[in-house]
Amino acid sequence: MTGTREQFRPADHPNDHFVLTTVVGSYPKPKWLNRARDLDQGEVDVTVDGRSHSGAEIDLGFEEAHWQEALDDAARLITDEHERAGVDVVVDGEMRRNEMVEFFAHRIAGYEFHGPVKVWGHNYFDKPSVTDEVAYEEPWLIDEFEFTAGVAERPVKVPITGPYTLANWSFNEYYEDDEQLAYALADLVNQEIEQLVEAGARYIQIDEPALATTPDDHAIVGQCLEKLTAGIPDDVRIGLHVCYGDYSRIYPEVLEFPIDEFDVELCNGDYEQLDIFTDPEFTTDLALGVVDAHVAEVESVEQIKRNIRKGFEIVPPERLTVSPDCGLKLLPREVAYGKMENMVQATREIEAELDRGEITAGKAAPNAD
Amino acid sequence: MTELVATTTGLFPLPDWAKSELSDLKGHQKDDLIGGDESEEIEAQYDRAREEAVERQTTAGLDRIVEGQYRWDDMLAHPLAVHDAVETRGIVPGPYSLADLATDEHYGDGLLDAVADFLAGEIEAFPDHETLYVLEPSLVENAPGDGADERASEAVDRIAGATDAEVVVQPFYGALDEKVHAHLLDADVDAIGYDFVTDHEANLYNINEYGTTDSVALGLVDGQNTEVESPETIRERVAWVRENVPAAEFDTVYVAPNAELFYLPTSRFEAKLDALAEATTAAVEEVEA
Repeated sequence: MTGTREQFRPADHPNDHFVLTTVVGSYPKPKWLNRARDLDQGEVDVTVDGRSHSGAEIDLGFEEAHWQEALDDAARLITDEHERAGVDVVVDGEMRRNEMVEFFAHRIAGYEFHGPVKVWGHNYFDKPSVTDEVAYEEPWLIDEFEFTAGVAERPVKVPITGPYTLANWSFNEYYEDDEQLAYALADLVNQEIEQLVEAGARYIQIDEPALATTPDDHAIVGQCLEKLTAGIPDDVRIGLHVCYGDYSRIYPEVLEFPIDEFDVELCNGDYEQLDIFTDPEFTTDLALGVVDAHVAEVESVEQIKRNIRKGFEIVPPERLTVSPDCGLKLLPREVAYGKMENMVQATREIEAELDRGEITAGKAAPNAD
Repeated sequence: MTELVATTTGLFPLPDWAKSELSDLKGHQKDDLIGGDESEEIEAQYDRAREEAVERQTTAGLDRIVEGQYRWDDMLAHPLAVHDAVETRGIVPGPYSLADLATDEHYGDGLLDAVADFLAGEIEAFPDHETLYVLEPSLVENAPGDGADERASEAVDRIAGATDAEVVVQPFYGALDEKVHAHLLDADVDAIGYDFVTDHEANLYNINEYGTTDSVALGLVDGQNTEVESPETIRERVAWVRENVPAAEFDTVYVAPNAELFYLPTSRFEAKLDALAEATTAAVEEVEA
């Protein structure tokens, strides 16, 4: 399935070959956005007439409209940052999202929040509980998409936390098991994608990090994907992102999934798992992580070019997408930017070399397929 | 007559105030986890949280009170990390689970013995305690094979010998393999715990097929789900187990959650404490009426 790719080729693309560049989604938030959030939540201490007050007790003069304006400004800024780096399909860096499960659970009927729970050490998240039948109540991402598409010159991708992860990272009080909950959520994701497509979205990425920790459930994820792609037009590109894990436990099963692209985190493990995807032959598009999202050092263009060439051991250039391993939000912002910028430059250089017939290894050879 | 004792497997979620204050004080990275040399401010926070835990359990009416194990930042592995500074009352990780979770670089095959020695030493130094819970999730999750099952039982026996308290060994996240269960019965413990939440049929099979200890601990409340079991539900579950184990009359039945509680939000955790206490109180009243 390569039919959905060409629509993302920029009009001024410099090379005949087109290796699509994009990102996984999250990006470091500007520090001022975090300060604005503290103001919005009243989580600041203020001194008035020599006395200290909690921001929750007194009026800080920070209105809801101010918070929305801050979110808009951040989304505009980070979308622009992706475009300046030269990325072909951009995102807003998920500036409006606090966390990848909470954000959606707040918008889905049937969820309740009972307070923070431990993840590990002293790290907590507001793990929600499903206490009733889940239902689609209000759009989740339409505003985010329309705003980003409105400020972006380039096409916009929409990352959505997948139903399997939404189910597994929630307390399930209502459904018989997590599988049934995942299927119910998949129907809601399908409704959301329908609306996103109506609003103009052409590139949807389903994030299923939970599959990395419970790979034996790949059939459940496959069934979820069948449900959430039902009735979605063929020209809409559907990607699946699964973070670092033992990919041999879910390959080749992922090839049966109704997706256009499988996005993997291999740079982090120095491509040790690359061979898994060569047998049997990889039949969908590959989105290959070529910069490490967990190392705060910008890889050189040369290093990234070597990483991109690894992709040609699995797919030909017209089926390769290049992206970072995972969301970049844990990196310092200048490092995140540097990685994107070098990633794009490396890709454009690889394309030029392909145009000149200089890359002949693996599936990049002109007559390989 | 069988005595019903409401208690917990320990490992409580920190109160919400302590979650944010301690993570601010201690940081979010792995290196920031407990190391035994902390500021007085951090110590004071833990003391306050511990007092609140005892008070809350007393208010709920639980029959055995624990201190909450708030210091077990890194779950079962914690006592190994702070060897000299640890303060655990009445609950210890089991030797097999602790050895299973530890990095075995120095001890080789002798690790289990070394861990059992360490735990026995810790338990001997404990203040007075009425019941000692020994948590052994790895006996289920990473079950010992032939030979190792016997050594695991001997290690439990070893630490049970280090206290005069009633000793409860609690495997969880499922049922023991039958051979592991049979070997565990050789250890001199007062009660074995059964996780009826995760797998009631296999646990029932183990009890009926091999017998069990004179007292038992029944994990009947889900330590990993926010749905709060009513006292009636808990009582029905106790009754179900007793009806389905016709051969046994237990001295004491510890009525407890199946596993640690620290992945629950505080409000649900507290509601479960209340339900446990009410279930055993009401059951006693029923018997007396």
